[in-house]
Amino acid sequence: MSGILSTTGMNEVIFTAFNQTLYMVFWSTVLSVIIGFFPAIVLTLTAPDGLKPNKPVYETLSFIINVFRSFPFVILLVILIPFTRMLVGKAIGTTASIVPLTVSAIPYIARVFETALRETNHGVIEAAKSFGASNLQILLRVYVKESVPRMLNGIILLVISLIGYSAMAGTVGGGGIGDIAIRYGYQQYKTEYLITCSIILIIFVQAVQMLGNFMYKKIS
Amino acid sequence: MIQIKHVKKKFNNIEVLKDISLNIDDGEIFGIIGQSGAGKSTLLRCINGLESYDSGTILVDDQEVNIRDKKNLRNLQKRMGMIFQSFNLLERLDVYQNVALPLKFWNIKTNTKETQKKIMNLIRLVGLEDKLHAKPRELSGGQKQRVAIARALVLDPEFLLCDEATSALDPEITKEILALLQRINKELGITIIVVTHQMEVVKQICQKVAFLSDGRMLAAGSPEHLFVWPKETEIRNFLREESDKLPTSGVNIKLFFFGEGNHKPIVTQMARELGKDFNICWAKLEDFREDVYGSLVLNFDEKDLEDVCSFLDKNNVTWEVIE
Repeated sequence: MSGILSTTGMNEVIFTAFNQTLYMVFWSTVLSVIIGFFPAIVLTLTAPDGLKPNKPVYETLSFIINVFRSFPFVILLVILIPFTRMLVGKAIGTTASIVPLTVSAIPYIARVFETALRETNHGVIEAAKSFGASNLQILLRVYVKESVPRMLNGIILLVISLIGYSAMAGTVGGGGIGDIAIRYGYQQYKTEYLITCSIILIIFVQAVQMLGNFMYKKIS
Repeated sequence: MIQIKHVKKKFNNIEVLKDISLNIDDGEIFGIIGQSGAGKSTLLRCINGLESYDSGTILVDDQEVNIRDKKNLRNLQKRMGMIFQSFNLLERLDVYQNVALPLKFWNIKTNTKETQKKIMNLIRLVGLEDKLHAKPRELSGGQKQRVAIARALVLDPEFLLCDEATSALDPEITKEILALLQRINKELGITIIVVTHQMEVVKQICQKVAFLSDGRMLAAGSPEHLFVWPKETEIRNFLREESDKLPTSGVNIKLFFFGEGNHKPIVTQMARELGKDFNICWAKLEDFREDVYGSLVLNFDEKDLEDVCSFLDKNNVTWEVIE
């Protein structure tokens, strides 16, 4: 009986944790993709090969992004505590951990989107220009339109690394699968938790990647 | 009519266009030929404002191509369709959507019966009605260029600019694309400007041609007069003819046959009449659109030169001594 009970307990704990991971990863992905899209567009436009080359703007934005990207995530977690408190009212909890996850993901996704956008075949942009397209039309109908599959690939990479980071976010009370693996599996020597959590994470990551590959094929 | 007057352009202090002047008449197929780096693509890009020029003027009818006058430039660009060496189709759009794209840039509704019919007619014109919903990656090079041609025609241009449009295609496909361009020129009355480094393109379709070398226009005129008997060393080098394979002893004389001269048995006549021996070292027949032009290099002993020359002059054969 006690064996069954403890297994049921583990299932519940892990189920809740899995939901928390999903919640954190989902919202930080959505928010960072939306917010990160804008600096990516500015970078693409102002890049030396862009539609409106502007070195000071490009270099400054690029520098800021690099600064944010060079913060180790654990440090970012701590530094952002006051900011998180201001935004969601508290610094601890699943919702609160979305803030540092998003902040760390924005510069990453900005860079990934910039790369995706700038990989657009220059000849196609030229062709659009030759038909009298405006810059806005080129941006939306050529750059963005042609880059969607590459941007999707970037999002998949982001989701997978956010799954990893969300484990760290557990340290500020975020919960999630990684948190359970550390607290139960590692600190309390419950190997079955560690193994189950790891297997779930492996399946989760695989599933995300497979879904990503499928969608990439569908839309490209 | 497009008038190019004293156009100059520099890229980082290197002059890429050195005082170019030429006129392109309505309804012509005009070739701009030269080696890579001669400035011919730059010149073409100046014509439709993809590139600016430093001085001189380019006039399309009475409108000046001025990259700073955005609104006017857009309207000019609408009148000039363009196709490229690398086709430049949007990978994520199918054939139909690619052809329709320029209409979207002009906010022309693509879902009306009339527009749909127009797009379909163009796709039929280029012979791709069975590939309507194929993506560019499913098409061959020649098919991609056909899509690009249909796309370039969708805004009803008066001019079609072709930037090395056949350079990435094999000879057979090149011929097909050139035939299509010729048809477009004849049936739709569109003036076509072809930039190329391929002689066969000029020979097959161009009524007039300008030869560019190192940013300078060396000659312009009908291709047969420019290329059958070129005087400029640059053009000769470009044609890479009668190279170093010719004998070094004796005299080499090159004979030219324009149209009429083709039918006279000049060479055998000369041999019989003069009783001289000579070698035929090199010969070439060239098609310029419908006509055939030939050239022939003969090698003589130095002492026979005078007799041979007077015989050729008597028979109205164009000739020259190759140094």
